[in-house]
Amino acid sequence: MLIMLTNAFLIALREIKRNLTRAFLTVLGIIIGVAAVVTMVTLGEGTTAAVKNQISDLGSNLVMVRPGSGFGPRASSAGVPNFTESDVTAIAEQISGVAAIAPVRTASLSTIYLQEARNTSIIGTTVDYFSINKWSLASGRFFTEADARTGEAVAVIGNTVKTELFGSEDPIGKKIRVGQASLQVIGLLKAKGQAGMGDQDDTIVVPLTTMQRRLGGRTSSRDVSQMSISAEDDYNSDLLISEISSLLRQRRNIQSNQDDNFTVFDTRQIAETLSSSTELMTMLLSAVAGVSLLVGGIGIMNIMLVSVTERTREIGIRLAIGATAKEVLWQFLVEALTLSCVGGMIGIGLALVFCQVLAPLIQIPFSFNLEINLIAFAFSAIVGIVFGFAPARRASKLDPIDALRHE
Amino acid sequence: MSTPTSTLIELNNLTKTYGQGSAAFQALKGINLKIDKGEFVSIMGPSGSGKSTLMNLLGCLDRPTTGAYRYEGIAVESLNSVQRSLLRRYALGFIFQGFNLLARTSAIENVELPLLYRGIKRAERHEMARRALAQVGLPDKERNTPAELSGGQQQRVAIARAIVTNPSTLFADEPTGNLDSQTTCEIMELLTQLNSERGITILMVTHEDDVAQYAKRTVRVIDGLIDHDQTHHRIAAQ
Ligand SMILES: Nc1ncnc2c1ncn2[C@@H]1O[C@H](COP(=O)(O)OP(=O)(O)OP(=O)(O)O)[C@@H](O)[C@H]1O
Ligand SMILES: [Mg+2]
Repeated sequence: MLIMLTNAFLIALREIKRNLTRAFLTVLGIIIGVAAVVTMVTLGEGTTAAVKNQISDLGSNLVMVRPGSGFGPRASSAGVPNFTESDVTAIAEQISGVAAIAPVRTASLSTIYLQEARNTSIIGTTVDYFSINKWSLASGRFFTEADARTGEAVAVIGNTVKTELFGSEDPIGKKIRVGQASLQVIGLLKAKGQAGMGDQDDTIVVPLTTMQRRLGGRTSSRDVSQMSISAEDDYNSDLLISEISSLLRQRRNIQSNQDDNFTVFDTRQIAETLSSSTELMTMLLSAVAGVSLLVGGIGIMNIMLVSVTERTREIGIRLAIGATAKEVLWQFLVEALTLSCVGGMIGIGLALVFCQVLAPLIQIPFSFNLEINLIAFAFSAIVGIVFGFAPARRASKLDPIDALRHE
Repeated sequence: MSTPTSTLIELNNLTKTYGQGSAAFQALKGINLKIDKGEFVSIMGPSGSGKSTLMNLLGCLDRPTTGAYRYEGIAVESLNSVQRSLLRRYALGFIFQGFNLLARTSAIENVELPLLYRGIKRAERHEMARRALAQVGLPDKERNTPAELSGGQQQRVAIARAIVTNPSTLFADEPTGNLDSQTTCEIMELLTQLNSERGITILMVTHEDDVAQYAKRTVRVIDGLIDHDQTHHRIAAQ
């Protein structure tokens, strides 16, 4: 038995060498299929993981209020009035279940430090903003109530801003020019990363009063473009949202036959939207990958079927000079297995290289998924065996002369 | 192979029908034949008379429709496919009318092929194959593939492959069909030598009378039946 196996292996290797082009094409089909599937699925899963991380970074009890309708990529707020600071106070005072609320005003301004300049989105808000949005400090401090009251010229910067403007320099205590004002950097936020919702670290947070007084002035009392709310731990999401909505409808004088001109949503809804879109993406990627696996499989099938006549005749020769059907079968099985395993391994290796290179580029974590690797590998092995082995099986059952006469 | 007169092959009313129904064609219509160990028999007959069909049955490459085939007393019909493979491997050598060499495989590897299934070690295998190729007059074509060999050279590789295992019985279907008279002579001398020195029983199909003369006995097949069977003295032995 062992002698037969080593013999089969020997003959199979000889055969691979003899039919190098055919072997190469077969292996290529497997490589392409496996590499495509493993790459697509690994990247898809990485994206999903990245989005999930970010959602959990948001915290489970964050509620946001924005003018206009919708949130995420389909949001539109053109021509819709902002909120006022008294809206913020009203929500804080009248709605139970609100633990903290922070008004947010945004502006995009040029930011300069020494020679370095860039446009950054500036957020004017209150102290609670940091805890509501789960920001923590890498160094320095947040601004205080006192800073906010007097509109101090202070700023807390995100990690991207630090990297772009300061490089490896310590930013704390340095002065940066934001729009027309000069602000002192007092804190550096710990990086949150990105994906799904853009670069959250590309931000500068200042007291709302500082923004109103120093950065571009106050043009209207309706200057709150967003409200961030953290709900009590045991809040009822639907109830809270409907309470906030009806209060705002009343304050914004919306008639009962008119739609809301603002949107209240919490992280659960963000999570649902994002995960449904990443699921869609993963599905699309998987479909593309599945097609390439199929194409690879058809390629293999083609090559194998084209060579059936030759293989059958060859089997006839081997049987005629005294090989048993079993020996011939082992030879073909070993050949098919060797080719598909080599192809599968190269495919997986290639996919891992792709993923290692691509994952950092599109800023998602690289996660090795054993399951999909095994599935892709098994699929390639099965395709190789079915199409390489099945014709051989049929031929080996023939009388030698019939196999020799095959055409 | 102790007694020179012991029976090696015995055919009893052997028939072979190709196809089925209205397309059926009876290529052999009842062959009765007895061949002793150590004989050298030539089989002659017009094209399409059933010579190759008979050889394929004798070489265990095909199965008869009816009738009995005994090889060394063994009823070949009762053997299973593995047993028939082993009979071919250890006892029979076959030279095909159409060569049947492995494509894209060098002459020496083709000749080595049957030894591979006998489990013979690499070095020995190589040595045996070289010797066989030298015997058929192709010592310098070891590395050539069939596509790089002439028809006659391919035929000689096929002969080398059949004799390399030193079989008890050699079936040769027109082994000199593609050879010039000089090479034919050499090959026939080789076969005669194998027959007389190693005691290999040889059955050979041929169309040429002077080739048939090398054998001690000629069987003539016409239309699927043995027409006559005659033992004679070798005239062209020298
Ligand atoms: N596989 C087959 N299917 C149907 N008919 C066949 C088959 N093989 C051979 N025959 C027929 O059987 C008859 C005998 O064929 P065979 O090959 O034995 O002839 P032969 O005596 O060897 O002829 P040649 O001298 O030309 O080689 C022929 O009429 C041929 O057409
Ligand atoms: Mg013939």
